[in-house]
Amino acid sequence: MLKDQDRIFTNLYGYDDWGLDGARRRGDWDGTKDIIAKGKDWIIEEMKQSGLRGRGGAGFPTGLKWSFMPKESDGRPHYLVVNADESEPGTCKDREIMRHDPHKLIEGCLLAGFAMNANAGYIYVRGEFIRERERLQAAVDQAYEAGLLGKNAAASGWDFDLYVHHGAGAYICGEETALIESLEGKKGMPRLKPPFPANAGLYGAPTTVNNVESIAVAPTILRRGATWFAGLGRPNNTGTKLFCISGHVNQPCNVEEEMGISLRELIDKHAGGVRGGWDNLLAVIPGGSSVPMIPKSICDDVLMDFDSLKEVQSGLGTAAVIVMDKSTDVIKAIARISAFYKHESCGQCTPCREGTGWMWRVVERMARGEADKSEIDLLLDVTKRVEGHTICALGDAAAWPVQGLIRHFRHVIEERIDSRQGAATVAAE
Amino acid sequence: MSVRRLDPNQPESFEFTPENLEWAKGQIAKYPDGRQASAIIPLLWQAQKQHGGWLPEPAIRYVADMLGMAYIRALEVATFYTMFNLTPVGEHFVQVCGTTPCWLRGADEIKDACKKHIGPEKTLSADGKMSWMEVECLGACVNAPMVQINDDYYEDLDGAKMEEIIKALREGKDVTPGPQSSRKTSEPIGGLTTLTEVPGAGGK
Amino acid sequence: MPKLTVDGIEVEVEQGATVLQACEDAGAEIPRFCYHERLSIAGNCRMCLVEMERSPKPVASCAMPAADGMVIRTNTEYVKRAREGVMEFLLINHPLDCPICDQGGECDLQDQAMAYGVDTSRFDENKRAVEDKEMGPLVKTIMTRCIHCTRCVRFVTEVAGVPEIGAIGRGEDMEITTYLEKALTSELQGNVIDLCPVGALTSKPYAFTARPWELRKTETIDVMDAVGSNIRVDARGSEVMRVMPRNNDDVNEEWISDKTRFIWDGLRTQRLDKPYVRENGKLRPASWQEAFAKIAEKVKASAPEKMAAIAGDLACAESMKALKDLMGALGSANMDCRQDGAKIGGKGRAAYLFNSGIAGIEEADALLIVGSNPRLEAPVLNARIRKRWLEGGFPVGLIGEDADLTYDKEYLGAGAQTLKEIADGTHPFARILQVAEKPMLILGQGALARPDGEAVLETCIGIIRAAGGVSADWNGFNVLHTAAARVGGLDLGFLPGEGGKDTNAILEGASAGEIDFVYLLGADEIDTARLGNAFVVYQGTHGDRGAHRADVILPGAAYTEKSAHWVNTEGRVQLGERAAFPPGDAREDWAILRALSEVLDQKLPYDNLSQLRAALCGDAPSFEMRDVQPQAGDLPQGGTREMADAPFHAAVRDFYFTNPIARASKVMAECAALQSVQGEGATGTNG
Repeated sequence: MLKDQDRIFTNLYGYDDWGLDGARRRGDWDGTKDIIAKGKDWIIEEMKQSGLRGRGGAGFPTGLKWSFMPKESDGRPHYLVVNADESEPGTCKDREIMRHDPHKLIEGCLLAGFAMNANAGYIYVRGEFIRERERLQAAVDQAYEAGLLGKNAAASGWDFDLYVHHGAGAYICGEETALIESLEGKKGMPRLKPPFPANAGLYGAPTTVNNVESIAVAPTILRRGATWFAGLGRPNNTGTKLFCISGHVNQPCNVEEEMGISLRELIDKHAGGVRGGWDNLLAVIPGGSSVPMIPKSICDDVLMDFDSLKEVQSGLGTAAVIVMDKSTDVIKAIARISAFYKHESCGQCTPCREGTGWMWRVVERMARGEADKSEIDLLLDVTKRVEGHTICALGDAAAWPVQGLIRHFRHVIEERIDSRQGAATVAAE
Repeated sequence: MSVRRLDPNQPESFEFTPENLEWAKGQIAKYPDGRQASAIIPLLWQAQKQHGGWLPEPAIRYVADMLGMAYIRALEVATFYTMFNLTPVGEHFVQVCGTTPCWLRGADEIKDACKKHIGPEKTLSADGKMSWMEVECLGACVNAPMVQINDDYYEDLDGAKMEEIIKALREGKDVTPGPQSSRKTSEPIGGLTTLTEVPGAGGK
Repeated sequence: MPKLTVDGIEVEVEQGATVLQACEDAGAEIPRFCYHERLSIAGNCRMCLVEMERSPKPVASCAMPAADGMVIRTNTEYVKRAREGVMEFLLINHPLDCPICDQGGECDLQDQAMAYGVDTSRFDENKRAVEDKEMGPLVKTIMTRCIHCTRCVRFVTEVAGVPEIGAIGRGEDMEITTYLEKALTSELQGNVIDLCPVGALTSKPYAFTARPWELRKTETIDVMDAVGSNIRVDARGSEVMRVMPRNNDDVNEEWISDKTRFIWDGLRTQRLDKPYVRENGKLRPASWQEAFAKIAEKVKASAPEKMAAIAGDLACAESMKALKDLMGALGSANMDCRQDGAKIGGKGRAAYLFNSGIAGIEEADALLIVGSNPRLEAPVLNARIRKRWLEGGFPVGLIGEDADLTYDKEYLGAGAQTLKEIADGTHPFARILQVAEKPMLILGQGALARPDGEAVLETCIGIIRAAGGVSADWNGFNVLHTAAARVGGLDLGFLPGEGGKDTNAILEGASAGEIDFVYLLGADEIDTARLGNAFVVYQGTHGDRGAHRADVILPGAAYTEKSAHWVNTEGRVQLGERAAFPPGDAREDWAILRALSEVLDQKLPYDNLSQLRAALCGDAPSFEMRDVQPQAGDLPQGGTREMADAPFHAAVRDFYFTNPIARASKVMAECAALQSVQGEGATGTNG
């Protein structure tokens, strides 16, 4: 188990002062100027060496992403955009950073902004997080007052302005180009790529979009060194991670743990175990609603990191662990997720716009048993026709949970159909 | 998402209060010159707040004019983002998270409590004070089930607690937002499993 | 230039080309719904998916930039399955109402479903129904059919520059609409009907009237303005059922104005279908012989200097040539093709043409508009200006009546004073023209059709010359005409001869009794009250102003009813073809004049069109070259004569009523009525 001294988010639960004084006590804003003095290349290299992979779901190496920004400006400004549109069902970690440890994020913004030649950053907070936004704004105000933002931020010689922006209810804005569109005052519809944001992002200028957690861990990595961070977890899956454990556990919670912790240890140690004991476990969605669920047999010994979960045809995603015990109507659970994706599809491209509604309607019927068994393969085929055919990953995200359901619980669907047909036969007699 | 339409009953006109107008100018100033359209979501949101929790049609035009946008572009934004309420909502507007993590922990009970004590979804309660609707994941999943009432989250609920909250709000009493359980935020309810050695973090 | 392989064929494409374009170059057909060459790339329909080596997913070829070494496959099972998937998604919520859909037979979705669709549906749910949206008198909506390609949204926003259509809501509930279902106000809105790949947006006036396969399609030329848009006229029997654009990159690209498109109901009403003669103050139907005899009688009683002819705005070159020759034979020099009294012509072609060319607008880097509202006078040409403006680095100045032109412009002033300041270099805009490499000046009829028009013309030439806008490879001087007939008339010299009278003098003469015989060749845009007691022959198509005043009416052929030439504002000679026969006893115009000439004992020296055209080329060699923008020759020097202070008025006020056909059109009347109700300010274009 991770030692407290290796934890980054030491005020995760907000027991301590969220403000600048508390943050400084916890080691934030310590030697920020000296880190900047080491230069852009050093910072990016250190981030690469740390092995940090994006904490927003896709797991793209953060340092590498930063390195994609043009080294010199061609006259256009560079922008850092922080994705605080935390909306993936099961996920509630960035919220804790914003309300309990906002200065980690703010300091990270300055360092990341400097590293990628950006003098301005926008934090896009999901609209529903009103209190979190207020807290974050208050922290930004504190930072300005203390000279940590603005001209010559933190006496580093770098000018950096940071703005808090917000959405108004659209999961799709968590997709980085949809977020940029939304930030420009439009509907949050993902852009076609290429061009990628590093070439043409916000206002057509080079932009990097990073998740809150990715940015918030950067100062600590840069202070304690890439080697420290890379020494935690497993190769290619390094560092610590905020896990959100929800659903049928005795003590749902957020917790920072080492990457590669076993799922069972995570649940047992921190979440008080599965309701009714480990043997009462049915399945787990290990990385937010987008990733396919895994049944107990896999949960028994799977490790919680990118590569381990990929091996079992699922994913770490946002590390939001949704636990379902044996009382769960697993078809209904997925039907509710399908309803979510249908609700959140932006409507731009055909397979997602039409497919999410189709999938949801079929899964809903299946939850009631009002389907034909042949429709299970039809449904699977529909998911395959959505997956990989859309502009952004929402299509995939809508398809995978259904695929996970069919992969592991086809028999449940079949039984549901049988019992309904049986009931219908009895009723007819 | 179902088809969302503007309310048939609309006010004649809309304009910001002087304070909100000042505030709006501050918002617009966050964005580079010529990029004032970026401020549309914050401005529509403020308009909605000013107008008692729902966004009237004249406000869409008002904000569009203020930002130099075509009306249809502003309407696209107002209808795309589901936090813009296009029809009136209650003074206490309860948004019940119904997505799977909350559903697993009893969101249905919360919905039942709302149905029973407020009325049918998306309609004003008989006393006109409340309304409720089911929404998608609000991002407080380890504190499920939960609701958002106006600006605040109320977490670790069950049917009975929801009833109490509704009752209290209706009677004009304050309810402390946050977990309606013994924990402070999102730590394990039975006691900390981490951060016990960090001064301050454990509150000890 | 990237080289890539498509289906085993190596192709080299221009930098910036897309994979879709590369595929087309390689001869592979790529299905598409949202993609359109002239609109921004949306990439949303996903129909153009192709297989790309080293890509784990199929890629949307419309949105993928072609890059060196790419290996693309368009004909594999993988690609077919991907497209079939997309097609299935498009069809699950698309109604099966093809038998009652106006798009039937020319529907992209129908066509592609033949290639990628299957014969049964696997979709067992209820289909989506979408409420129809009101968009005004021209565009009919059946929104359940919409496949959300957003071509219409992109067209009105990008090309028309009137952002009135949007997609509201989201997900499967996304709906295309205007703001609160207000009617569209763009003069180019009809193009969304062509752009819509399905039957969601169709032509309201044409609704349920014909099927595409029962229409006879004739490629011809539009005469609603002086752009000379290339059109296709679809007729059934003798009736024109609709007008569609043809592609011509040099002229109208593939757009046409709403007047061009929806004018056809005006071709059916108020038509002159037999000759009339006035008896006891009343017009009565007559035979051609009677009508001709009456004219002959009056001509005999008149004298050459007392006779005059005015050609209208829609007249073809052939009829003007015949009338000019007839007047010449009768010894009269009183004729004019400038109904509005524009002071133009007689200084060489370059002084009255749109010399930069319509396509040339895209090369210009600064523009001064004088006395013109191109949006109303030539909407398609205006769209080209907007296209150039969108590229950036294109300052536009306007002198005349201020108006929303759909692009940013600097309003410089109302009239001659400002023009003078630019001419003498004291106005800052002079500097803008000066530094531009290819400055452009567009001079409208509003500044020419006034007593000092010639001085304005000379001043404008002076301005563009001084700005370096006239060189070996660039002529920035442009006259924007509003009449389709005008340049042809000027080219062939339908102008006052030696000592002859122009329009104004003819009318003055008629008022004063000095002119006692006036031949109006479709001339309706004059003050007919000024014709005094003159004997008036009206040869034309509609019972409009000229016919009401006429003593003899000779029914002619509308532009869709004859083979004839028009010359557009650039000087481009284009041939219009007959799509339908003239109604009743009406005849082709040149033939009427030829027949009349015999009765008048002045037999014109041509017996058929080709002889007439040969004679035409004799008068004006420019008619020899068809469909090209001519070399106009030298532009005269400018001048600095005094101009009056009066502001330049717009030549076109009532866009929907500029000619007798338009005034006979109910659809145009509806549009005009709507415009006056909605007003300029409340259109949602304030942005």
